Amino acid sequence: MRQIDAKEITRAVKEAAITANFDLGEDMLAAFKRGEKEEESPSGREVFRQLLENAKIAATERVPMCQDCGLAVIFVELGQDVHVTGGDFQQAIQEGVRQGYGEGFLRKSLCHPLTRANTGDNTPAVIHTEIVPGDHLKITIVPKGGGSENMSRVFMLKPAEGLPGIIDRVLATVREAGPNPCPPIIVGVGIGGTFERAGILAKKALLRHVGSVNPEPELAALEKQLLQGVNDLGIGPQGLGGRITALAVHVVMQPCHIASLPVAVNIQCHAARHKEVVL
Amino acid sequence: MSKTVHLRPPLTDGDVVQLEIGDKVLVTGVIYTARDAAHKRLMDLLAAGKELPVDFKGQILYYVGPSPAKPGRVIGAAGPTTSYRMDSYTHTMLQLGLKAMIGKGKRAPEVIAAMQQYKAVYLGATGGAGALISQCIKKAEVVAFPELGPEAIHRLEVENLPAIVINDCQGGDLYELGVKEYRRSAETRDNAAECR
Ligand code: SF4
Repeated sequence: MRQIDAKEITRAVKEAAITANFDLGEDMLAAFKRGEKEEESPSGREVFRQLLENAKIAATERVPMCQDCGLAVIFVELGQDVHVTGGDFQQAIQEGVRQGYGEGFLRKSLCHPLTRANTGDNTPAVIHTEIVPGDHLKITIVPKGGGSENMSRVFMLKPAEGLPGIIDRVLATVREAGPNPCPPIIVGVGIGGTFERAGILAKKALLRHVGSVNPEPELAALEKQLLQGVNDLGIGPQGLGGRITALAVHVVMQPCHIASLPVAVNIQCHAARHKEVVL
Repeated sequence: MSKTVHLRPPLTDGDVVQLEIGDKVLVTGVIYTARDAAHKRLMDLLAAGKELPVDFKGQILYYVGPSPAKPGRVIGAAGPTTSYRMDSYTHTMLQLGLKAMIGKGKRAPEVIAAMQQYKAVYLGATGGAGALISQCIKKAEVVAFPELGPEAIHRLEVENLPAIVINDCQGGDLYELGVKEYRRSAETRDNAAECR
């Protein structure tokens, strides 16, 4: 049994929250560079140029790339041979978020749903924990902006609607979102499971590296088809019209009930922040 | 052909009517911030017959909730928030004399019509470019509703803050026009690929 101190978890979450907001991933930077070259619309190329400059300022001056520093969504893989000591596991994560958003001068964007009073420290984070074999603890923090989350949708399709129904809903979601979620976007699609599982799959799909190919050939083909369909919508960077609306479409699928076909479409803006730490 | 226009509030009808969709705008001077929570407060004050903390006549409103300033900095990241959440309040703001709004994302048809009626424009800043845009902000202070934190009304002094005209006061919509130009079906895409 490996022991991990709760304080270590807090420290790791704090640092990850800060760096996730300052340093955009290499995969995103590469996608911006490609966009700056390949986008046909002049205003679209200008947007890519600005995004590259924005990322550079954030990384060098240690400021958040976007003022919406997100709701902290946290995926945890907890090895079954790990014993957390010295405190409450969930609280250790929340404390890390609290410290990270405070010390990093990140915006606190959480509030009471009805009174809209700010919680003041960007907690509570949304934590998804999975118990897995092994003695490691993997924490992935995904600061998720409100603009793109608001444009995300879950659909409970009739099984008869099948693949065409899925494609139709993905395209409709992106079309309706238009300029609102800060395109260029990444589209996470979760197919199967249940109502809530589809949403989690869609969010997890966003974590895959932009530019990577889905290991399942069936899904790789679907991703390619969806990406073409999304980019044919013409929305373009910032919705000003252009060829590149999405940098990637990622699909995750799992079996569902014989009566159902759940489909979730989680839209991720270009501030596609995620930071993984393994303890 | 789109042009580049320097704007310095307070704006007159003349400043606004020359703007056309696609024009680049560089804003210099004083602008104010507000998101949904601040708009709600303003509406409550109006309903109660009270005075507003800011006179919006001729002003530019920037839909933004900045991140906190690090010590030694004017402001944190400060890019636009999605504007449709302000749509239900916009008619009243335009009645008060507001001349321009800076944000990102689509506006409702009623809002576009109201902009024509009151001669006002909607400008798009690059959503998510919060670190970049913050460099145009030279001074920032909270002038109303400090308890709202990032949602408080700030008075910003900006220099050459870049934006693009999305809706002009002729009812034009750059989002619609731009997307129309690049939208294509699978067939036209395949033909285009063959021509290459
Ligand atoms: S949608 Fe993303 S990039 Fe746009 S403002 Fe929100 S967090 Fe920032």
